[in-house]
Amino acid sequence: MSIHRKNVLGAVFLAILGLLPLFLNSYWVDVLNSIGIYAILGLSLNLIVGHSGLFNLGHAAFYAVGAYTAAILNTHFHIPVLWLLPLCALTAGLFALVIARPIIHLRGDYLCIVTIGIGEIVRIALINNIFGITGGANGIFGISRPSILGLTLRTPTHFFYLILVFTLLTIFLFHLLEYSRFGRALNFLREDAVAAEGSGINTAHYKLAAFVLGAAWAGMVGNIYAAKMTIISPESFTFWESVLMFAIVILGGSGSIFGVLLGAALIVGLPELFREFASARMLVFGAAMVAMMIFRTQGILPPRPRSYDLFETVEGERKA
Amino acid sequence: MSLLSIQRLTKNFGGLTAVNNVSFDVEQGSVVGLIGPNGAGKTTVFNLITGIYQPDQGAISFEQASLLRLPTHRIVSLGIARTFQTIRLFQNMSVLENVLAGCHCRMKSGILSSMFHFPRQQREERAAIDRALKALDFVGLRDQAENLSKNLSYGNQRLLEIARALGTEPRLLVLDEPAGGMNENETAQLVSLIERIRGMGITVLLIEHDMSLVMRVCEQIVVLEYGSKIAEGSPEEIQRNERVIAAYLGTEDG
Repeated sequence: MSIHRKNVLGAVFLAILGLLPLFLNSYWVDVLNSIGIYAILGLSLNLIVGHSGLFNLGHAAFYAVGAYTAAILNTHFHIPVLWLLPLCALTAGLFALVIARPIIHLRGDYLCIVTIGIGEIVRIALINNIFGITGGANGIFGISRPSILGLTLRTPTHFFYLILVFTLLTIFLFHLLEYSRFGRALNFLREDAVAAEGSGINTAHYKLAAFVLGAAWAGMVGNIYAAKMTIISPESFTFWESVLMFAIVILGGSGSIFGVLLGAALIVGLPELFREFASARMLVFGAAMVAMMIFRTQGILPPRPRSYDLFETVEGERKA
Repeated sequence: MSLLSIQRLTKNFGGLTAVNNVSFDVEQGSVVGLIGPNGAGKTTVFNLITGIYQPDQGAISFEQASLLRLPTHRIVSLGIARTFQTIRLFQNMSVLENVLAGCHCRMKSGILSSMFHFPRQQREERAAIDRALKALDFVGLRDQAENLSKNLSYGNQRLLEIARALGTEPRLLVLDEPAGGMNENETAQLVSLIERIRGMGITVLLIEHDMSLVMRVCEQIVVLEYGSKIAEGSPEEIQRNERVIAAYLGTEDG
């Protein structure tokens, strides 16, 4: 019964969310779009930071790789930008594989420092117009507008629905992932890597897999971002972006899908609501983060334990 | 043919020789005890067997295949499961999930089937949960399946470690002080559990300080002192062995 009620509540919430663009001006729809983009970025980082316990403060680098892959291939070869989604996942994932392979054995804070370095290296390489294809500090402009079934996406409302669908797909797939051998393995290595290895789990493999999957997902968000903005530049992929994503995960609830969604809504949405307080809002924002980390270290909505169907199956049949 | 064979094993930590030229065999189907005073190198031997450390010299073979330079998770999948001296459960996860950690190495689903829950993944998942529940039933923790493992009593946490190890479907179970922190009642249950494990055809190698447990369940005992093997034999032989008595109680001239 409670599951039924939960489904109804979810459907109502979705319906309201889906109708919101009809009542909001394009500025606020764009704020919702930002929240959606950061929510997916947060969910992708949550695989690495929340589920696997690997500190990654350079996630913007993978986001950037995806965005630049889309921008370069679209402007040079005129491939429709959304067709490039799988390729953006591939390049960001491969980049993460090459980068993370030698550093993945590092523990907590050491890994954190190295990922900060990687984020900066990528940003500076983009500014320096590496290989002459990234457009330097000006970035790349003239990315063509994406179209789906003949409809060219132009307005924030169009992108709202694209981002909404992608967010829902991400939530659905990552939820299934949590209830699987793969999802559990990430949690085991976060809880106790020695015990995980001693229980037969290839910890090095899963650390790397978490990194690559999280990065690949961020790469796809980069694609959507490039399609939405039609212009990208290195200043969209600064250290601050990585910090925001990290804060979304930690503040919302490490390892919890709903926590991360709420974290994105609060961290991206609240500063917009309090714009009239101008400079003071960042002060309030910072103070709120400090208070959270003192009084609720597990985040606002920490993950709930998974529940399993405990009725054993006997030769395909169920016994009560 | 012995299941596990350890030959001339040596491990140094800096200037300290933790394990010095130790050899012994574990026969298929037996329960073997590894005893010795604190600091004798017992846990180091376990860490060498399970691949957490690499020996400086010597050989370890399991079913005639060398275990040297294999990573721990590979050794587990070959059929050696262990528990830890200081309990190492996944504290914030359920009792069932802890056992599912053991089942992991007998499952195959990769990233894609984990993300899309293909039918084969669903069948495998169901079978693993059933197997984990059986293991919990076996150690008597079935009714605790949904609790967080950190909420179990100390003795039950030790049993859960054994259930997790059984989840890997081992041929050799390596127990590091399984009765540590248990009361008499729990220890008695542990003795019958070890006998039932042996009844399943699983060979057991254990470190234990509780001598009454060791004498009751082990048919062969290996004694270490300062990293070297000083005696090996049946419980009766070990109880009469002069060097063992000296190692444990000291000699008259100190």
